[in-house]
Amino acid sequence: MTAGTRPLAIGAALPRVDGPEKVTGSARYAYEQPPPGHPYGEPVYVHPLQADIARGRVDAIDTERANAVEGVLAVLTHRSAARLADTGDRELAVLQSDRVAFRGQFIGAVLADTPETARHAAALVSVDYAQEPHDTELLADHPGLYAPEHVNPSFETDTDEGDVDKAMAAAMVKVDRTYTTPMEHNNPMEPHTTVAVWHTSDDEAPDDEASAGSVAGASPEAPVRLTLYASTQGAHSVRKTLAPMFGLVPDQLRVVSPHVGGGFGSKGMPHAHDVLAALCARAVPGRIVKLAVTRQQMFSLTGHRTPTIQRVRLGADVAGRLDAVAHEVVERTSTVKEFAEQTACGTRMMYAAPHRRTTHRLAALDVPVPSWMRAPGEAPGIFALEVAMDELAEAAGLDPIELRVRNDPSADPETGKPWSGRHLVRCLAEGARHFGWQHRNPAPGARREGDELVGLGVAASTYPYYAPQGSRARVRYDGEGHWNVAIGAADIGTGSRTVLTQIAADALECPAASVTVELGDTRLPMATVAGGSAGTAAWGATVVAAAHAFRAAHGERPQPGAEAHGGAEAHPDTKRFAVHSFGAQFAEVRVDADTGEIRVPRLLGVFSVGRIINPVTARSQFIGGMTMGLSMALHEHSVLDHRTGHVVNHDFAGYHIATHADALGIEAHWLDEDDPHTNPMGARGIGEIGIVGCPAAIVNAVHNATGLRVRDLPITPDKLLH
Amino acid sequence: MIPFDYRRPGNPAEAVATVIDHEGAAFLGGGTNLVDHMKLGITEPRMLVDVSRLPLDRVTETAGGGLRIGATVRNSDLAAHPWVRRNCPVLSRALLAGASPQLRNTATVGGNLLQRTRCPYFQDLTTACNKREPGSGCAAIGGYNRDHAVLGASEHCIATHPSDMAVAMLVLDAAVVTLGPGGERTLPLAGFHRLPGDAPHRDTVLEHGELITAVELPQLPFARRSAYRKVRDRASYAFALVSVAAALELEGGTVREIRLAFGGLAHKPWRARLAEEALRGAPATEESFRHAADVELAAARPRDGNAFKVPMARNTLVSVLRGLVNGAERVRTDRTEEDR
Repeated sequence: MTAGTRPLAIGAALPRVDGPEKVTGSARYAYEQPPPGHPYGEPVYVHPLQADIARGRVDAIDTERANAVEGVLAVLTHRSAARLADTGDRELAVLQSDRVAFRGQFIGAVLADTPETARHAAALVSVDYAQEPHDTELLADHPGLYAPEHVNPSFETDTDEGDVDKAMAAAMVKVDRTYTTPMEHNNPMEPHTTVAVWHTSDDEAPDDEASAGSVAGASPEAPVRLTLYASTQGAHSVRKTLAPMFGLVPDQLRVVSPHVGGGFGSKGMPHAHDVLAALCARAVPGRIVKLAVTRQQMFSLTGHRTPTIQRVRLGADVAGRLDAVAHEVVERTSTVKEFAEQTACGTRMMYAAPHRRTTHRLAALDVPVPSWMRAPGEAPGIFALEVAMDELAEAAGLDPIELRVRNDPSADPETGKPWSGRHLVRCLAEGARHFGWQHRNPAPGARREGDELVGLGVAASTYPYYAPQGSRARVRYDGEGHWNVAIGAADIGTGSRTVLTQIAADALECPAASVTVELGDTRLPMATVAGGSAGTAAWGATVVAAAHAFRAAHGERPQPGAEAHGGAEAHPDTKRFAVHSFGAQFAEVRVDADTGEIRVPRLLGVFSVGRIINPVTARSQFIGGMTMGLSMALHEHSVLDHRTGHVVNHDFAGYHIATHADALGIEAHWLDEDDPHTNPMGARGIGEIGIVGCPAAIVNAVHNATGLRVRDLPITPDKLLH
Repeated sequence: MIPFDYRRPGNPAEAVATVIDHEGAAFLGGGTNLVDHMKLGITEPRMLVDVSRLPLDRVTETAGGGLRIGATVRNSDLAAHPWVRRNCPVLSRALLAGASPQLRNTATVGGNLLQRTRCPYFQDLTTACNKREPGSGCAAIGGYNRDHAVLGASEHCIATHPSDMAVAMLVLDAAVVTLGPGGERTLPLAGFHRLPGDAPHRDTVLEHGELITAVELPQLPFARRSAYRKVRDRASYAFALVSVAAALELEGGTVREIRLAFGGLAHKPWRARLAEEALRGAPATEESFRHAADVELAAARPRDGNAFKVPMARNTLVSVLRGLVNGAERVRTDRTEEDR
């Protein structure tokens, strides 16, 4: 902790400040916007038209029958939609050409007075295509593989030190295996939704003064302001991306997003539906247009995790000390936009070895656009590395915890920088104690209880510290001891509104109950996206800076209405230190000896993540991440039918996510820490580390239970049948 | 969804007459399957005839010592019924293994029998499906068919029937009572669902306008020793990869009487008569159970994606019978649901 943040509110188990609103249903999510009393009349509903070929051109669209349906206002196609000012981002260049680049791509939309009418009319549109052969299948030796310029967000594509091949040849103990993870979809509870309205000059809402000035004198025929009520992880990033596409300056586009029902990365950047909603609204100026993406449509339109094929090679001496580490990744992107998941990047810093190599190769296929999904890179990459480590432990005859302890580097193997705090060994030791690791029988398949084979597994976890710059916050004293803190950040269900309240309270030296935090609106000061587990760190530091700016400007006895803005500088230590979070994940599995069914009665994680701001919301992040890890290990798999290029199991009956009955006993612990090298709170980030390593712990436990090593996720019962 | 009429008839005869009189009319029970299909455009009834409030919601013991279950009894109510729990735990277990608590509170007994396959191609209008659109082909053949049939399928359709309840009712020798244009009739459940053959669009032998009014269970004393085991990818809200319903009567170490059925393997709940025959009079040993399963499954014709179902079905059958013999019925999977 640094001066000015007395940890009184920080660290307290403050219940969610927006909890009552949420459980009573009064919290307004995107589809329920705008609030009653708006001047826009009855809303217009949009149902999109989607391509049912994976590659080719739209030859003709017959909209006559759809247009004839009572209640239909318009049918938009690439011919009738407004032209965008910028079509450089081809995922977002919606209805700008006749090209189809993946199945499910938007090729039009029906606007109608009810959602049912729009959906019905959409089914009456007939489309002729000039279909072209498509390719959606990722293969380890795909002829189109290429090396991207960098991998997400801006890491080197390849690294190479020493001579891996020679070291592998000489290694006494080695592992050389290929691991795969399937295509997966984020699937937040709230499907992506955008409500759009192009304002005409006479519909100014009373509080619209901020942007009204910039369009003074605009004629009613020329709508020049757009409001999007979106379900997003970053209102400001939506505005930054979309404003120029519509030829708007930032002030002409307002994005409102006070409550968001989950994102897991899929709402981290605008997707095609945001553009489509705005295009539809453009066709009916002055009216509200509502576009709620259906669950099925989400499987083509709102991002997903690429499948990966990962070859991991580990070479060690007889004592298990690593001499060679190689992680070579093949993965997929789309033809319309490149997304290169940083799958092997975690391997660069996890363990040291003189001979090291990581590579990423992509095939650009006729598939929907992949994107961020909780812990992009680390989730699939650490899965492969940590299963390989378990295999190495077995080959070396070592306890898997001991193997990791022996290979724990004292400095970052990639940069040589000192760690800001690498406490992986402590996490492993504490976890082993809590979990009862000493009861594990190292012999695979040796513990049977009734018809169940029981196994324990462990894996390490890590996630980097990101501290994106550029956020601003406003602090205002409202009188009578009450404070208002405004920052255009997002609360996607993680509790950021709550933890920012705590951080502000300590920075202002007042009780948390005296602070109201406003989020989720581009009218509020600029904030970076809720991603990279960086929200609390970035926005919290910003709020602290704004609070200090307020005190500097207004002293200890401010007048009501006094306000100040502030933004945080990057902590200088983040350049001198390697800043990463770590964790140890433990799993107990029970495999039915007859049917191969896998149940996970216990998951336990111990995390080293810097200071915990709020143990209640933090616990939710950890156990939520671990549940998602369980789901990744056992369930999640988007099945692409390569004949058509569509995800066959595109609903919650077909795309399995762990249910309550699967998440039986999930326990999260954390080290009592304060990272002095990060930010005024001493925090790092907790949103993603829970998923990382969890699938490996489960795979390793399944091996301990059965002797079977599953290297291809998910582990379904058929893979354990014999 | 196209606009449709909605009627709420006062008695079963009026319901039947209303459907017969209106082309494109359909009965609406709990709506847990039909309404989804209407949203997806799989079916577009012009009229819904709501039978969910007809006086068919009683469960009564029959003079013969069996049970008559009204067609609109909710799945959760039937699962909790004391007679069912005492006399045929297999049915209670099967019901509790199905869907989710919310769905079980809404779904009716009649609707459960009439639910349609969850084949993803059937549910996707952009793909070929002979069940949805006769003559269009079967996208599941050569496609994603991990969940599909290994027994009794045809070149026209490899879909499976999704019900758990029906599999249990099949081992209980249930009969389906219907009211149709020709009056009331009683059909054995074993003859109620069809195999796909060349007409996979017909799931059952019901005629248009024929309404299920009840399911009757005869007295089957040895069903007190019965079990249902559903093997699935996750612990709740997943359809069966394989399920087994079994009722067993032992005499010493020998199988005196037995009923066996599989779910998840065929276009209908699959009564395993060959396995039953192989086991009657046989020693109640793991070896004979395995042999019986192999006899039944010899006819299996797996596809690319579902070959695992054959060993899984065999192992599950052996496991269920082993459990019944040991008296320690394996309920691990279902217990989590029931205890909720």
